[in-house]
Amino acid sequence: MAINWFKYSAPTTFYPLAGKLIPWFAASSAILFAAGLYLGFVVAPSDATQGEFYRIIYIHVPSSILSMFLYLVMAGYAALGLIFNTRLSSMMASAVAPTGALFAFIALWTGALWGKPMWGAWWVWDARLTSELILLFLYLGFIALHASIDDPRRADRAAALLAIVGSVNVPIIYFSVKWWNTLHQGSTIKFTGTSMQVTMQQSMFTMLAACWLYAIAIILMRVRSIILERERNTKWITELAEVKK
Amino acid sequence: MSLDIWMRENPLTYVWVGSYAVALLVFAIEVAMVVHKRKITLQQVRLLIEAEESA
Repeated sequence: MAINWFKYSAPTTFYPLAGKLIPWFAASSAILFAAGLYLGFVVAPSDATQGEFYRIIYIHVPSSILSMFLYLVMAGYAALGLIFNTRLSSMMASAVAPTGALFAFIALWTGALWGKPMWGAWWVWDARLTSELILLFLYLGFIALHASIDDPRRADRAAALLAIVGSVNVPIIYFSVKWWNTLHQGSTIKFTGTSMQVTMQQSMFTMLAACWLYAIAIILMRVRSIILERERNTKWITELAEVKK
Repeated sequence: MSLDIWMRENPLTYVWVGSYAVALLVFAIEVAMVVHKRKITLQQVRLLIEAEESA
């Protein structure tokens, strides 16, 4: 059976679909968070050199990965909205931005918390840290620019340009530890394999999946509000059961 | 007792309170804000429809 994916690019069909998916993503996320925290704090052993402090990675690494990936998702949606003038793409870009910013903040915060006992400093102007901070500013810039323009369609276009130009920062963050001499260590998990202990890997991937599902659930929740707000003058919104209540 | 000594004596508390509690709090605030935004938007839409119907 062929699925017509374009059908779900219209707010009218996407809105109810998102409503049905949210509880599944939210419940799966909560279960995986509980499992990930149990594995990370109870099952996974202490690190030989970092002791208990290394356990910050179970939130730090997923947050960092998501902050970068969500930026690319946001820029992708913004580009789709700009090129094809599709309403839902721009709404999705606006919905992704706050969650991406929060993940960037958590990545920086938890990184600072790990840095103090390991490096002896909360912050250093290292290439990885600085480029991640720029990512947070790009998210905030996108949100602020979008909010500063009254006409939502013009706001979408202006913010989309910022998102697209800013996406150059994502490979800079990823490759910063290779291109420059940085205090931040290189990737432990590579496509070629990893030296990480198995339980630690399981904990981290469980937490990564939990953060992913959380991000999807919250973005879908936010985009439903944006759709309601933007499409409020349309007939299909007035006929929604939750509006009629 | 300085923070440096405290964190080395209580590493798990430091990790939990400093990073996981903060992250979970951030998530909770985000969820609360999104739920609140939905309530407000629904109210606005209902008011708009009522105003149009009464006009």
